[in-house]
Amino acid sequence: MRIAFGFLAGLVFGLGLVISGMSDPAKVLNFLDIAGTWDPSLAFVMGGATVTAFLGYRLVWRRPAPAIDARFDLPTNRRIDGRLVGGAALFGIGWGIGGFCPGPAWTALPLFAPGTLVFLPAMLAGLWLGAHGRSLSLPTLKGSVR
Amino acid sequence: METLTTTPFTPWASLFGGVLIGLSAVMVMGLFGRIAGIAGITNGFIGAVLPTPGAPGDRDWRVAFLVGLVAAPLALMLAGGTVQQTVPVSLGGMAVAGLLVGLGTALGGGCTSGHGVCGLARLSPRSAVAVGTFMAAGIATVFVLRHVLGA
Repeated sequence: MRIAFGFLAGLVFGLGLVISGMSDPAKVLNFLDIAGTWDPSLAFVMGGATVTAFLGYRLVWRRPAPAIDARFDLPTNRRIDGRLVGGAALFGIGWGIGGFCPGPAWTALPLFAPGTLVFLPAMLAGLWLGAHGRSLSLPTLKGSVR
Repeated sequence: METLTTTPFTPWASLFGGVLIGLSAVMVMGLFGRIAGIAGITNGFIGAVLPTPGAPGDRDWRVAFLVGLVAAPLALMLAGGTVQQTVPVSLGGMAVAGLLVGLGTALGGGCTSGHGVCGLARLSPRSAVAVGTFMAAGIATVFVLRHVLGA
């Protein structure tokens, strides 16, 4: 049940990425290239996704608990600090170089472009290193960060 | 660096795809009570393979979600659709980019979906700061690579 629904949610997410064009690094880089070959399409992706999630979240939060899990588990960390801004900045630089954020890196995998096959393992390594760095420098926060 | 490819403006397809992404985020919240952040979901996958501090415990649906992501372009191609994709060719650049995306999303606690779609939908100030920062960094990076250093 959990696995079937997890797969279905991933499939819908992936179809959304591919249909919207978000899965194409050329389109992402053109979205970020305001001074050049600008393609504003991705603003529609973000807009459509965020408004849908905003409305849908409010519907599902009326229930006391999610359908197949014990409780809603939302991020409790509200701190705006150097780690948040620094991490987001590093992510943005990588996004601007490669044109991939984590979701599109996965949907690109079955097309086997050489750039993807280099990017994805490097991203996994970065996530793993980042998780270790996070736990090393802030041991007291353990458990409170997602 | 990558070649300058112009891409067509696709507001309707992008809006429709965006709504699908939003629906998936609502499914994950309604079913599992979680944020559909791909960096966090990927962290669950890594935690299933290697010891990873802070990796989420509920790996079953997370791994299944990633399989669904990978299956999506294949399903679209089987249905007769085409998957448009131009990936940068500089392998060194892609290695650096991947490392930065992984490190940055781990430290910043989210990516385009976790902070972007889900965080903004929750009206989280923390996510709004993250989105403003990674958008600005992405725009600045592309500007420098394409217009200062030259493509």
